[in-house]
Amino acid sequence: MPMPSLPEIIVSALLLASGVIVLLAALGLWRLPDFFLRMHAPALASTLAAWLVTFASILHFSTRGAGLALHVWLIIIVLSITAPVTTIVLARTALFRRREAGDALPPPLRQVT
Amino acid sequence: MSLLSLAITATLVLYAVAMGVGLARLFRGPSAQDRVLAMDFIYVVGMLVMLVLAIRSNSEMYFEGALLMVLFGFVGSVALAKFLLRGEVI
Repeated sequence: MPMPSLPEIIVSALLLASGVIVLLAALGLWRLPDFFLRMHAPALASTLAAWLVTFASILHFSTRGAGLALHVWLIIIVLSITAPVTTIVLARTALFRRREAGDALPPPLRQVT
Repeated sequence: MSLLSLAITATLVLYAVAMGVGLARLFRGPSAQDRVLAMDFIYVVGMLVMLVLAIRSNSEMYFEGALLMVLFGFVGSVALAKFLLRGEVI
């Protein structure tokens, strides 16, 4: 194996970290017992893992000698707009469907008197 | 084999395992919103696969695909959630 350069080492470390984090998110999606708990796990993939891959991509394409390549930022900007909307709509859907079905709901944030 | 290609292969394998677990959740359910959540997760991981493939093939052409994947995943998840909420999309 040839001796890797410093940006190559950093890109490899970022990619591996993102892979481990995505695997953790998938395990959370599989193991957690309730839907409202399971909703937390994929956020790990759409925030931290996406950031790590974006940094790896920026570093890789910027050290090729063709100048700074910052366009991959667009992906995390779009993700940071769309992921909360998806989460809120899904949470409201789950609350509505459970209330309709008469199942157990999570406790309210404050006591209504 | 350089360090980078080894790391890319390992990352793609990890992503594939994660997508498999997400697919298991998609098939298992138990409720419809669980399936929508799993599909959204698989979309996000697919987008990450696109970005890693861009690094692997040293081409910036994958970037547009990844961006489109984010947008289509968002539209699909919101449309499905809205359908579950109201029984109609709009």
